[in-house]
Amino acid sequence: MDLRRRDVLAAAPVLMTLAEARAQGVTPRRGGTLTTMLTPEPGLLQIGVNNQGPTIVSGSKMFQGLLTFSPSLQPIPVLAKSWTISPDGREYTFRLQENAKFHDGRPMTADDVIFSITKFYPEVAPRARAIFALIDSAEAPDAHTVVFKLKQAFEPFLLMFDVSASGIVPKHLFDGLDYRTAPVVQRPIGTGPFRLVEWQRGNFIRLERFEEYWKPGQPYLDGIIYRIVPDSQSRRLAIETGQAQLTQANDIEPFDVPALRARPNLEVNTAGWEYFSPVSWVEINHRVAPLGDPRVRQAMSMAIDRNFIAQRLWFGVGRPATNPIASTTKFHDRNVRIAGYDVRAANALLDAAGHRANAQGVRFTLKHLVLPYGEVWSRLAEYLRQSLRQVGIVLELESTDAGSWARRIGNWEYETSVNFVYQFGDPTLGVERTYVTSNIQRVTFTNTGGYSNPRVDALFATARTVADAAARQAAFTDVQKILCEEVPQLWLMEMAFPTIHDRRLRNVVTTGLGVHTSFDDVFLAS
Amino acid sequence: MELGKLLPFLGGRLVKAVAVVLAIVVCNFFLVHAAPGDPASVMAGQSGPADPLFLEQLRRQFGLDQPLHVQLWLYLKSVVMLDLGFSHRQQAPVAILIWERLPATLLLTGAAFSFAVVAGVTLGALAAQRVGRWADSVITILALTFYATPLFWVGLMLVLVFSVWLEWLPSFGMSSVGADLTGMAAVFDVAQHLLLPALTLGLFYMAVYARLTRATMLEVQGQDFVKTARAKGVPEGRITRAHVLRNALLPVITFAGIQAGQLIGGSILVETVFAWPGIGRLAFEALLARDYAVLLGVFFCTSVIVVLFNLMTDLLYALIDPRVEVGG
Repeated sequence: MDLRRRDVLAAAPVLMTLAEARAQGVTPRRGGTLTTMLTPEPGLLQIGVNNQGPTIVSGSKMFQGLLTFSPSLQPIPVLAKSWTISPDGREYTFRLQENAKFHDGRPMTADDVIFSITKFYPEVAPRARAIFALIDSAEAPDAHTVVFKLKQAFEPFLLMFDVSASGIVPKHLFDGLDYRTAPVVQRPIGTGPFRLVEWQRGNFIRLERFEEYWKPGQPYLDGIIYRIVPDSQSRRLAIETGQAQLTQANDIEPFDVPALRARPNLEVNTAGWEYFSPVSWVEINHRVAPLGDPRVRQAMSMAIDRNFIAQRLWFGVGRPATNPIASTTKFHDRNVRIAGYDVRAANALLDAAGHRANAQGVRFTLKHLVLPYGEVWSRLAEYLRQSLRQVGIVLELESTDAGSWARRIGNWEYETSVNFVYQFGDPTLGVERTYVTSNIQRVTFTNTGGYSNPRVDALFATARTVADAAARQAAFTDVQKILCEEVPQLWLMEMAFPTIHDRRLRNVVTTGLGVHTSFDDVFLAS
Repeated sequence: MELGKLLPFLGGRLVKAVAVVLAIVVCNFFLVHAAPGDPASVMAGQSGPADPLFLEQLRRQFGLDQPLHVQLWLYLKSVVMLDLGFSHRQQAPVAILIWERLPATLLLTGAAFSFAVVAGVTLGALAAQRVGRWADSVITILALTFYATPLFWVGLMLVLVFSVWLEWLPSFGMSSVGADLTGMAAVFDVAQHLLLPALTLGLFYMAVYARLTRATMLEVQGQDFVKTARAKGVPEGRITRAHVLRNALLPVITFAGIQAGQLIGGSILVETVFAWPGIGRLAFEALLARDYAVLLGVFFCTSVIVVLFNLMTDLLYALIDPRVEVGG
């Protein structure tokens, strides 16, 4: 009941934006080119073959999934007009848009959908591989209907049909080739409202309106230009001087946000990350003594002031985390919370665990691998060093670059670090992987910390296989309780990223995927 | 300088150059592979959820499953055939990636280099002629300021003044995208974008040349052959150009030869601040992504250019100073 009420409330702003636009008499204006930026420049623009954030930002304009999701994670039709789910939760039937076309003029049909879901993504994308393996059979009763029968019920199945998980690719350009090296990978062909015209590496990516787009009269924009601007101060300057009209994701450092908020011609929006809902945490390697002791982790967690991090380091972009599941994700239980900021209790807990302070007030020393993703993460590391010193823990900071960081986390060669991971709307899709024993692997973004608890494994397994949402909620509530007691990772923030745009640019953030949508309804008001 | 001496000299130097470049390739290969992490782990770190199968697929595709000495042998073989390899991250041949970016870098560094040499030598000569007077003081102070100021700060200040306050010049990029300019309009557009980064990159070197020219000219001015020329009644302007400046240029050329090589790699900072789509950034991004083939390709090209510039410097010596002989 509670969940449903929040859904309605969360969906309200979207409806209001559209209603407001109508009320103010702003009819969408056709024309104009949007100049924005993309950071960092992806190696490839083919969605699926490359799954970096920037690839999805630009790729979501060229490709589309069957669905997208509202801020409360309710499905919204895209290439699927409608869908039905059988009562036992094992049969999904999608009816497809009849006049959707690929950029090369060929119609998009059920064949392309079946190819994308059962062949393309399981081959190239590890995230899809595990879940689409549940598909027992995929059939096309006619050219515009697809029926997936699952081996077992899988409640979060629909969440896998967003463009970021499974944008539909053209079968006729991939089938029979190595998907990673097919020629079309260099010049992506999708069904989206914009098609790729030119990509000068290191300089810009230029998209143009696709004239045969299936929504009549759309898109409104003539084109979108993604400039590649590697320096964050130059990017800030670009949006300040009007050389760009939109920034997203990591383009702008959080400490530059207050200054941009103050500019009357710009709008700063932190919504639109509900589907991904990244949660950041202090990454703990449980194999390193004394980090295997839950009392030590609990004490470290209590020594961190999350409000300070959210307000002073991220300037209000994002919220303090309250438990391992982001509050924007389904099955978050707001009544289950980690222990609050309490230095005295943290010290007492460490004393009780037998870690006495020496004459310098030092209990023990830990190494900390600084996350090399920009200035704000270095500041976070310095804050962590300072706050853990209050409870007698010395943090020795080690700098590194992205390649070494990924390698060392993946190989478990670290003591502590910072990490953040997308939750993809459902704990089974995005939370489970960090805590279950079966996912302790030598790869980044698995259970690299090495936490293992049979009860947690069992609860996640139940939530994965049970079709009933209430039963899943019960399992997830128990998981949240156990994890909040054992704090396998020290959750810091429910992250968001600022989407900053010129006020004349309308309809930028309307769904739970924000800038990762097709932009077919975005327009530049005069 | 006769052809009979020049050809054997050139041949000898070229053979040495090839050996030097090959040695550099081998050193670079080990250096690049010594950095922790590989392209597969970087890509796994960037693409969200991954599994061991994904890593294994990538390593096989990139040829990283081969032992290191096999990889080196394969790379050397292809470099000798002038094939710089393939970037799996970008699914494109390295030669094409470099070729796409080389013009932008050559334009930027060429402009900065020409500006630095012309402005630096002119200012240095002016200062030397008016030594001790106000013009000399102004030039010396300017030169010292630009010599001591970090590049990126100069860049940011130029952007602040010319892009933000005056709004005369764009703050980043190489051209106006989407404007579809042609002919002179396109040239003018690129020139507008080029001005700030070229100035930023050139000002430091300009200062170096100005100081160098001034110092050596002052030294030469006091020498006997200048006094002789003056006693003969040679006009003062001719003395400065033919006797003083020509002799004072030798150290400038030495330095310019070194700088020309450095400019290719040394522009990473300016290319980053001004979002200039050049080769320095290509190398930097390849380093972060552990894109070995691209990184080695850029190293290869820059080392070839440095070696060539050294050769050209030696030849220029002989042109400017007849006492220097090639092959000697």
